[in-house]
Amino acid sequence: MDVTFFFGALVLYVVGTVAYLLLLSVKGTRLSRLATAATTGGFILHTLALLVRLVAAGRLPPRNTYEALSVFAWATVLVYLGLEFRFQRKVMGAFILPIVLLTTTAAASLPKGPAGLNPALTSTWVWMHVTLILLGNAALALTCGVGLMYLLQERQLKSKSLGAISHRLPSLDFLDGLSHRTLLVGFPLLTAGLITGALQAQAAWGRFLTWDPTQALSLITWVMYAGLLQARLTAGWRGRKAALLAIVGFGSLLVAFVGVSVLLGHPHAGN
Amino acid sequence: MVILTVGLNHTTAPVEIRERLHISDRQLPAVLERLGQEPAVLERMVLSTCNRVEVYAVTQDPAQAEAAIPELLAEGTQTPLALFADRLYRHHQEAAVRHAFRVAASLDSMVLGESEILGQVKTAYQVALAQEATGPILNALMTRTLGVAKKVRTETGIGESPVSVPSAAVELAKKIFGELSGRRVLILGAGEMAELAARHLRGEGVQAVLVAHRQFDRAVELAARLEGRAVRFDQIREELREADIVVSSTAAPHYLLHRADMEELIRLRRNRPLFLIDIAVPRDVDPAVNEIDNIYLYDIDDLEGVASVHRLERQQEAAHAELLIEREVASFMRWLKSLDVVPTIVTLRRRLEEIRETELAKALDRLPNLNPEQQAVVRTLAHGIINKVLHYPTTELKRQSVNRDGLLYVNVLRRLFGLQDDDR
Repeated sequence: MDVTFFFGALVLYVVGTVAYLLLLSVKGTRLSRLATAATTGGFILHTLALLVRLVAAGRLPPRNTYEALSVFAWATVLVYLGLEFRFQRKVMGAFILPIVLLTTTAAASLPKGPAGLNPALTSTWVWMHVTLILLGNAALALTCGVGLMYLLQERQLKSKSLGAISHRLPSLDFLDGLSHRTLLVGFPLLTAGLITGALQAQAAWGRFLTWDPTQALSLITWVMYAGLLQARLTAGWRGRKAALLAIVGFGSLLVAFVGVSVLLGHPHAGN
Repeated sequence: MVILTVGLNHTTAPVEIRERLHISDRQLPAVLERLGQEPAVLERMVLSTCNRVEVYAVTQDPAQAEAAIPELLAEGTQTPLALFADRLYRHHQEAAVRHAFRVAASLDSMVLGESEILGQVKTAYQVALAQEATGPILNALMTRTLGVAKKVRTETGIGESPVSVPSAAVELAKKIFGELSGRRVLILGAGEMAELAARHLRGEGVQAVLVAHRQFDRAVELAARLEGRAVRFDQIREELREADIVVSSTAAPHYLLHRADMEELIRLRRNRPLFLIDIAVPRDVDPAVNEIDNIYLYDIDDLEGVASVHRLERQQEAAHAELLIEREVASFMRWLKSLDVVPTIVTLRRRLEEIRETELAKALDRLPNLNPEQQAVVRTLAHGIINKVLHYPTTELKRQSVNRDGLLYVNVLRRLFGLQDDDR
């Protein structure tokens, strides 16, 4: 049942992503409505999928990698829809929905059944650790999407050839501000997630750090984001460099999160 | 009844002729009045802008109206007819309708897609309407024209991107800063183009305009015109730290702002973005400054380049607009045709004859014993009634059709006899 809802959501996200991407080059009120409607519909099915799983298991997801990715995508869509509603800027969808699609597709390819449950994830602390990191990831995914938009608009302005895409993208000021605000939300969540993870590791293995690849990469990622925030707040960093670093940071986050947990058989592997 | 346009525009006549034929708002009522005295002209409207002078008319005698309108224009503007007679174009019916649509949609404008013309058409129509110079056909044409023009603006991108240098500068500033309210503009030098750009930026609500000039009194002068503040030229280093947009147009023979200085400046500004508009020739700002992060430098050629790309985009959008207009012309012509007197009379006669035949058949059915002669009498009777009934309306309709009220009669008749859908 929940898997059916999940795949329904996936199909609608595909429709939404394609519609948002098309909106970059064509004008159309119907297409624009379709993009939002498909994404909202996908989000509702996605919520149902998570709810059904919650009721069946009697406790909150995520409990395995599939659910983790699913919750991450869900949170990203939630924040994105909020932003679209707030700013009425559909163009952001073209840069954020592809990230959602990527993670939902990755989740779809993983084993979903209760058999794949990770016993370690039954602890409330571990659940806290995972959930905080997922929410942080969702906010930082937006920082990345907004950063991509910034780089595109900046390139258009610097090269002095303004294409059709430049008319649809928001101003640099708006994008840089949004990038900063999403970072201000995402970074503390990520930090809290990492701290709960370390405390958990201390309790389970007697060490804060076991230096498994996920931990190592997460730490590097955290240092990058910390540097970015520090540079923004004290050195007045902004614009292109900040956008670039936000994109690199998110790339490393994805590798830590998706790559390592899927590929390696470790406590962090989850399945 | 024929819709007719007689006029000249920027493609057929140079400005020396257009300015002589220009009809001011004050003269317009008199010209409309005078056109109304010409019997061949049933409805009339005059559109006079700096790029065109056109008369839209409805006439039952196109040859006479075509000859009379230029003479009346010559008389009304006190310009010899010989000066502009060969500059005039004349459009009839479908071509006149298409012309009206294209003009209002700005496809016939000097600057493709400019939005001013729509307002001018609207005003010209309102003046004519107030003077009762228009009638049912021009009213319908103008209502449709304004609708089509709006549709073209919303459904195509013809008016979307700015095509002049100052408005392109404003557009770029908005792409960098979003809202311009609360931004500071610094003007270096006092060129005409700089002033124009500053006015455009003022119109977008920039908070402060500062003017610096090597001759302080000139800075004061320009600042007064722009409601800004004059600053000493040796203070521009400090002002550059605060400004968001700089418009530079000094007469300096060398670069005024160098790369090294600007790198230092952006550091002092803590990377706050700076938009440099260099419209001086020779240039005031070293082009290498554009390579610095968070500084955006556009010289006059760059701005012209942006504007010309937009002009190209508008041409592409114009092709969509032409298609849209063709559909609207066809639809309007269908409506116009339905108003013709002759088809209306034919349809009315056919309707009455149908009734006659049905009723005759019923009556003869109930009278099976009539001999052929008696049957013929009944038939003639029915025939006669229809013809007698139709006679007067038919002649009156034909007589009225050459008057302005003709359409009203046609409309009422079609409504009363339910002929609306008969000729589809």
